[in-house]
Amino acid sequence: MTAPLAPPRILLSGDTAVTVEFGRTIDMAANQRVLALDRALSAQPIAGVRETVPTYRSLLVHYDPELIAFDELSAKLTTLAQAPPSTAANDARHWRIPVCYGGEHGIDLEPAAQKLGLAADELIRRHAAGHYQVAMIGFTPGWSYLSGLDPALALPRHQNPRLATPAGAVSIGGVQAGIQCLAGPSGWHLLGRTPVRTYQLQRTPVFLLEPGDTISFTPIDAKQFDELERAAAAGEQVAERIKP
Amino acid sequence: MSRLVIDSIGPASSVQDAGRPGAQRYGLPPSGAMDLLSLALANTLLGNAPFAAAIEIGPLGASVTAQDGAVRVAIAGAARTVELAGQPVIMPRSVMLKPGESLKLGAARGGVFSYLAIEGGIVGEPSFGSLAVHARAGLGSPYPRPLQSGDSIDAPDAAPCPDTTLTLPPTSDAPIRVVLGPQHDEFGDAVAVLLGSEWTVSAASDRMGYRLEGPTLTHQHGHNIVSDGTVNGSIQVPGNGQPIVLMPDRGTTGGYPKIATVISADLGRLAQIPPGCKFRFEAVEIATAQQHYRAMMRLIRALPSQLQPVRAAFDLEALHHANVAGIAVSALDD
Repeated sequence: MTAPLAPPRILLSGDTAVTVEFGRTIDMAANQRVLALDRALSAQPIAGVRETVPTYRSLLVHYDPELIAFDELSAKLTTLAQAPPSTAANDARHWRIPVCYGGEHGIDLEPAAQKLGLAADELIRRHAAGHYQVAMIGFTPGWSYLSGLDPALALPRHQNPRLATPAGAVSIGGVQAGIQCLAGPSGWHLLGRTPVRTYQLQRTPVFLLEPGDTISFTPIDAKQFDELERAAAAGEQVAERIKP
Repeated sequence: MSRLVIDSIGPASSVQDAGRPGAQRYGLPPSGAMDLLSLALANTLLGNAPFAAAIEIGPLGASVTAQDGAVRVAIAGAARTVELAGQPVIMPRSVMLKPGESLKLGAARGGVFSYLAIEGGIVGEPSFGSLAVHARAGLGSPYPRPLQSGDSIDAPDAAPCPDTTLTLPPTSDAPIRVVLGPQHDEFGDAVAVLLGSEWTVSAASDRMGYRLEGPTLTHQHGHNIVSDGTVNGSIQVPGNGQPIVLMPDRGTTGGYPKIATVISADLGRLAQIPPGCKFRFEAVEIATAQQHYRAMMRLIRALPSQLQPVRAAFDLEALHHANVAGIAVSALDD
């Protein structure tokens, strides 16, 4: 018998959502419980739940208060969050994501390597050697926050976020790694760019990655980037799905 | 098919409906109308489903013209002058534009957003079940961006039938109600400051968030938290201590503590407070907030039973005597 799991904190997020919080820091164990509750709600839906939003430390559960009231839902979520996981986490899909590091595609590679006291090639090697998991997707469509960054590669975010960063940027922000889909502002260190679109409206599936999927990076050169970029623009996934 | 051509339209005007919830786990905001009740009013006047797509018109004016056939439209939301072919129209009501006729809307007075609905709804290609515009993600139809002059929206030909109006629920300038949380425990005494102070809507407000100006809300443990999920109405407090109420184009997650959440029934009322205007917050219990939510949905479902034909002009006197002024009329009605 394993000890029962600690109950989560149930926090009010207005009258149509509740936050089920498993921790307050970036913590792999908390994130695993978030993803487990998300899978459990998908396997055993609670009537009235509209959608769920996993984050590093909590699961936001949107619901219809005409169908279920807060008290009843929070009791059900508390029970479900303490049940042993019914679905194994290791059915997660694994993706190999091509990345062109450095140069115009990764303008922060050299300064980031300097700050870390590494050669640029070593930073690439260590970043690409990591085994990552999509901890959450948020902020803007397809922005995938990854856990599993080598702690020696952690870098505080830029003091002044850039207002414009390119689509497909692969970056480091604090202890997190990330893949951003759309061009936009970011305070993270841009190591490279992937031609993979994690969000592409004209493609099926529109969203490539799910919270819980695992990721590894494959370095590519600028010429390969251009080829894959053309294929991706035409609607190809260009990410390699390894399992299941 | 008839068309509604946009002759001119101010910024912050776009096609909106109830939005596209369901993909927030992928970072896609729900978007949708800033004031759902006004959207429902405009649609109900035409017999449309309450949250059918309509044109959300920002604080400045607009002018639209029917082309290739007659188009029936209805207007509700922020009060403004409305003219059909040069004659005043008193909103909320439906009105038929004959081919070549224009409806001219003035700037909002005492509100922000009005809704121009089209009988039969807006023809477009839904994405994730919605026509709502979310320009940053390239979503929305018939145009994935705010509307501009020269845009044209297909509309079914209007059948001859009486126009309708309805009596509005009374507007209220009572405090905007909130439920505390999810991170009010990060704030200590600042919760009392939130609830005890007057707040001004900043000019830097938009469909992503309403920035508020007032006393500084001080965090007890710093202003960075590990990102968690947001909702429409989340009141997040960044480092400068000036709260931002998140609106339908918000990021789906955020890394600032959220002191409270505006209740669903009051979010449209907040959206209609113009920049520079002041208001207060009031905390309610979750059970109360959910009662208000259910009452709002019942009200929206009951709107069709409130419809009345627009009275002829000679009824104006009688309507005033009956103390129901404001529900009708224009000299155009025959």
